[in-house]
Amino acid sequence: MATIKLQQVEKKFGDFQAVKPMDLTIQDGEFVVLLGPSGCGKTTTLRMISGLETVTTGTIMLGDRNVTWLHPSERDVAFVFQFYALYPHISARENISFPLRAQGESKDVINQRVQEVAALLRIEHLLNQRPGNLSGGDQQRVALARALVRRPEAFLMDEPLGALDADFRETMRAEIKQLHIDQNATTVYVTHDQIEAMAMGDRIVVMSEAVVQQAGSPHEVYYDPANLFVARFIGSPGMNLVSSVYSQGVVSIPGTENRYSVPDGWQTPINETLEGEGQIVLGFRPEAAQLKTDGPLSGEVYASELQGAFSVLHVNVNTDDIVHIRSDRQIDYPIGTTLRFDIDPQMVRFFDPGTEAGIKREVSQ
Amino acid sequence: MATFNEVGPGKPVTESSRVDKLTPRSRFSHGMRAIIVIVIAIVILIPIFVMVNTAFKTRPEVVSVPPKVIYTPTLEGFVLLLTERAIASPATLEQLKAAAAEGELGLFDRIALESGQEITGPSQYVTRLRNSVIIAGLSTIASVVLAVFAGYAFSRYQVKGKNDLLFFILSTRFLPAVVVTVPLFLMYTQLELHDTHIGMILLYTVFNLSLAVWLMKGFFDEIPTEYEEAALVDGYSRLQAFFRIVLPQAATGVAATAVFCLIFAWNEYAFALMLTSEVARTAPPSIPTMLGRGGIEWTAIAAGSLGFLIPVVIVVFLLRNYLLRGVTFGAVRK
Repeated sequence: MATIKLQQVEKKFGDFQAVKPMDLTIQDGEFVVLLGPSGCGKTTTLRMISGLETVTTGTIMLGDRNVTWLHPSERDVAFVFQFYALYPHISARENISFPLRAQGESKDVINQRVQEVAALLRIEHLLNQRPGNLSGGDQQRVALARALVRRPEAFLMDEPLGALDADFRETMRAEIKQLHIDQNATTVYVTHDQIEAMAMGDRIVVMSEAVVQQAGSPHEVYYDPANLFVARFIGSPGMNLVSSVYSQGVVSIPGTENRYSVPDGWQTPINETLEGEGQIVLGFRPEAAQLKTDGPLSGEVYASELQGAFSVLHVNVNTDDIVHIRSDRQIDYPIGTTLRFDIDPQMVRFFDPGTEAGIKREVSQ
Repeated sequence: MATFNEVGPGKPVTESSRVDKLTPRSRFSHGMRAIIVIVIAIVILIPIFVMVNTAFKTRPEVVSVPPKVIYTPTLEGFVLLLTERAIASPATLEQLKAAAAEGELGLFDRIALESGQEITGPSQYVTRLRNSVIIAGLSTIASVVLAVFAGYAFSRYQVKGKNDLLFFILSTRFLPAVVVTVPLFLMYTQLELHDTHIGMILLYTVFNLSLAVWLMKGFFDEIPTEYEEAALVDGYSRLQAFFRIVLPQAATGVAATAVFCLIFAWNEYAFALMLTSEVARTAPPSIPTMLGRGGIEWTAIAAGSLGFLIPVVIVVFLLRNYLLRGVTFGAVRK
């Protein structure tokens, strides 16, 4: 296992910049998820690490080796594809042993390692089947086995669960996470599904428009999004973002009576960013809103969705902005009701609408 | 939305949209279709049926009116086709008859003896059939091998001027054979390729290559690149990945392409007539030459055509599964 280091790695297809120069270090044994909407460059990044795509500029280090210009077969990385890419004309056993045969391992070693990995993934009974006869989940297990059997420097997974049914995806998610814990293997995992990213990643690298927007733990990207894109993209629904005006420690939503006093620790950085006063974006998660009869903010219920364990209320805080508020599923709020609510001072966030960047809270001593 | 409401969950399904195959009406149309297929098959098969019959009849039986339906099959036609014969002198005739009585004479010799002839050697047709096998076989192998690599390159790599090149390759097929035979004849005489095996193999290879490259490119396009990519990260070189992963999956394509090439090279008439004479002459142009020798040898011609037909039938029969899948490749999978 090894660390992966990307230094100023860039990829252009003709004039199109698929990945703008990026730096990223993936620690030994870390599970890093590249997350972003389709076309953001996450798969291209993964393919550059694997060598299936050449870099336009920059350096890729795998451990101590500079692998930037090495052939994929010389990099010692395993790649798991979204559509499994199992060789259809040979059995599952031969598929799994295929990379070992490339290394010229002896028959005994191959058989033993195939058995081990098949036992680990519980696919021993499927070894003699052709891939075409297996279910999607079993095919992906065989594909994982083919990656694991090599004991490579790193695992690269390109949306490995994207082609599976929803209920199966959850099972496989847990299995892959469990495998990672067992093997402690450096893993780079690409997905556009933020639930998957939150559930599996030690660290999430959020990409959009060929640029890394934020790299941090699931907790960080969820609670402290670096910019408006990450705030909107992470979470379902995403963070509530309300265009407001800041002046002298108070955020007000234009055209309404809504005023929110900025909690401690925020005033100095906001003053610095906005140079006194100006436009600001108020952000909070649906679960950060607390319904209170004396809350400083109010709005009219526009819609209510029962999500099972809780309800999500769509609340009009002014004509343009609808916020989502998580509420008790047992209390019914008819459409049109006016609600008052407060925001948990620990969970409120502010963004600069000019740069779209998040404003950082003063670190309290 | 309107359609959703019409067929939506609100309304129960009262009639099946599927045509039930058991109603008298559909059974009737099914029967009609079968009859039409049989009639078409008979119409197509009649010439072949006549040819097979003619090959096994005697010369008087072939020309008799009305045609004889019941007859004793004979290999006379094949003897005429495959051997050179001479009128036996009375002395040799006696010897041969004695040998025949003791059962020492081969089948063909005995048949020749019946019309007072002795076999002096194999006919030219045997060499020509062999030429056909060599030329068609080697040119098919050559075009398929070249097309496999060219098709793969066109399918996977960014080749400069790819579309122009592909069009250029195809354009070699635009001119009918008859138009290019004269210039080719002049070229071949200059290059001393006229009436040589290598000349004909080259010609058929080049002629087949356009179709073969296009076919193979199409088959490779159907194979997802992930397979090779998986093999690449699994530690194989491009060439290894190609031979171990891509080529086995393109087997149907290779078989289909090979059959198309073989059929063309095997049946080709115009080039063979113009560009070969003695050494490298193939079977197709030599069958009509039998028309001339002392009356029309219908039995020999039929026997020649039948013998000529059989190798292709065997190849197609052996590859039939590949062919069916190959021809419908892409049409059924997506």
